[in-house]
Amino acid sequence: MALPMLFFVLIGAISVAAAVGVVGSRQPVHSALFLLTNFVTLAVLYITLEAQFLAAIQVIIYAGGIVILILFVIMLLGSEEIDGDITNQSWTGYAGLLLGLFMLSAMAFNFLNAFGEMDANAAALQGGAPKPVGLALFTKYILPVELVGVLLLVALIGALLMGRFPSKRVS
Amino acid sequence: MDWLNLVILPAIRVIIMIFVLLTGAAYLTWYERKLISRFQIRYGPNRAGIYGLLQPAADGIKAIFKEEIIPNHVDKVIYLMGPALALIPAIVIWAVIPIAKETPAIADVNIGFLWILAIAGVESYGLILAGWSSNNNYSLLGALRSSAQMISYELPMGVFLASVLMLAGSFSLVELVQNPRPWWEWIWLWAMFPFFFICILAETNRAPFDLPETENELVAGYQTEYGGMKFSLFMIAEYINMITTSTIMATIFFGGWKLPFGILQNVVILGPFVLLAKVLVLLFLFVWVRASIGRPRYDQLMSFTWKFLLPLSLVYMFITALLTIQFK
Repeated sequence: MALPMLFFVLIGAISVAAAVGVVGSRQPVHSALFLLTNFVTLAVLYITLEAQFLAAIQVIIYAGGIVILILFVIMLLGSEEIDGDITNQSWTGYAGLLLGLFMLSAMAFNFLNAFGEMDANAAALQGGAPKPVGLALFTKYILPVELVGVLLLVALIGALLMGRFPSKRVS
Repeated sequence: MDWLNLVILPAIRVIIMIFVLLTGAAYLTWYERKLISRFQIRYGPNRAGIYGLLQPAADGIKAIFKEEIIPNHVDKVIYLMGPALALIPAIVIWAVIPIAKETPAIADVNIGFLWILAIAGVESYGLILAGWSSNNNYSLLGALRSSAQMISYELPMGVFLASVLMLAGSFSLVELVQNPRPWWEWIWLWAMFPFFFICILAETNRAPFDLPETENELVAGYQTEYGGMKFSLFMIAEYINMITTSTIMATIFFGGWKLPFGILQNVVILGPFVLLAKVLVLLFLFVWVRASIGRPRYDQLMSFTWKFLLPLSLVYMFITALLTIQFK
């Protein structure tokens, strides 16, 4: 096997193992750390695809921001280990399986269909250059970017409201 | 595959780099103790060697020969990972910093700036995990403080760096130092330097922002349960971080390995020494601040960054964008 392929297989294996660890561990902090490992290995995979800019953004946003916030929340809310099953209804497992299969097939469908379109965006991924990525985001994909921005804003305002008027049932 | 150029030479550079950094961190403790004692009109370490120069070695030997205690109530794997995760980012951030003409420490990647931001982002993991895994209230509080502090101060720091980036027009630090800047750009950058330095003080958990380890309320914060070499690793990480951030500041604000006005620009060997001189001056600043300014309260620390530094940095970025459009 060629060296890049070997590297890809190795990193991919670590990434998948970490992903399994996220859902498999009983300790929330361990889950968060597995998630971190997963994000970092994804960044390494981006580098092997010569998308250095994406890799750096991946680490800055996911590893440097989101997982730290997750850890923060876990620490503030307490991090007791989960004993046994949290849910005792049997249908939740089947529902999860069904939704997982649905998600997997949706991903496979998109993945197979998107190969033609990949070439059009090759410039955006090449050489880790931030300029083509920025141009693609702010011209061709401006609508999705704006929509995501609005979604985040809604989440922010929602969190603010919930923090401001705590429901009386909870206390 | 070209083993020599791809593996062996970089490996040698990495080893030299690590050796220099570890020695530098050890002697920075001596530098700091000497300076602080001078600020407080006393002698400081002067027993081990002339001027106490062997003091760092003595401290190191003491730390190594201490008993390695791992308390029973900790989460062992993460407890041991904590010091390592604190030290590694402090060292790897060095890879992109230019140390001489056309010579970066390890690699000239075209995302130098983003590398610094990314590594600065993961720097807080060591402290957070150390504090959590110690299973101790003081440690946990210290970890929470440090993570909140580092996340908050990272924002204005990132915005300031983005402004520098706008003026530079390139992600590469090597190019940033190499390309000449007009005079107004220097003045505009220096106007931002004090605020950037405040962010750096908070990021490195240095006095006056060493709230994660305030000894009179939190014992030693996240490092309470650590002893011996594991504790030393946190100290080393902190001091290497000081060196690293000083180097970054010297590179961004003071021309890195260059002498002013382009004097002796083609003598490559001079580069590291010029950089070292600038770094020593900046490190003096770190110690000076520690010796002169008292700690703020935690809420003061937070409101300072969210209500003052962040808006200021955004305004600064806005004006920088206007300047860039107008003059570049």
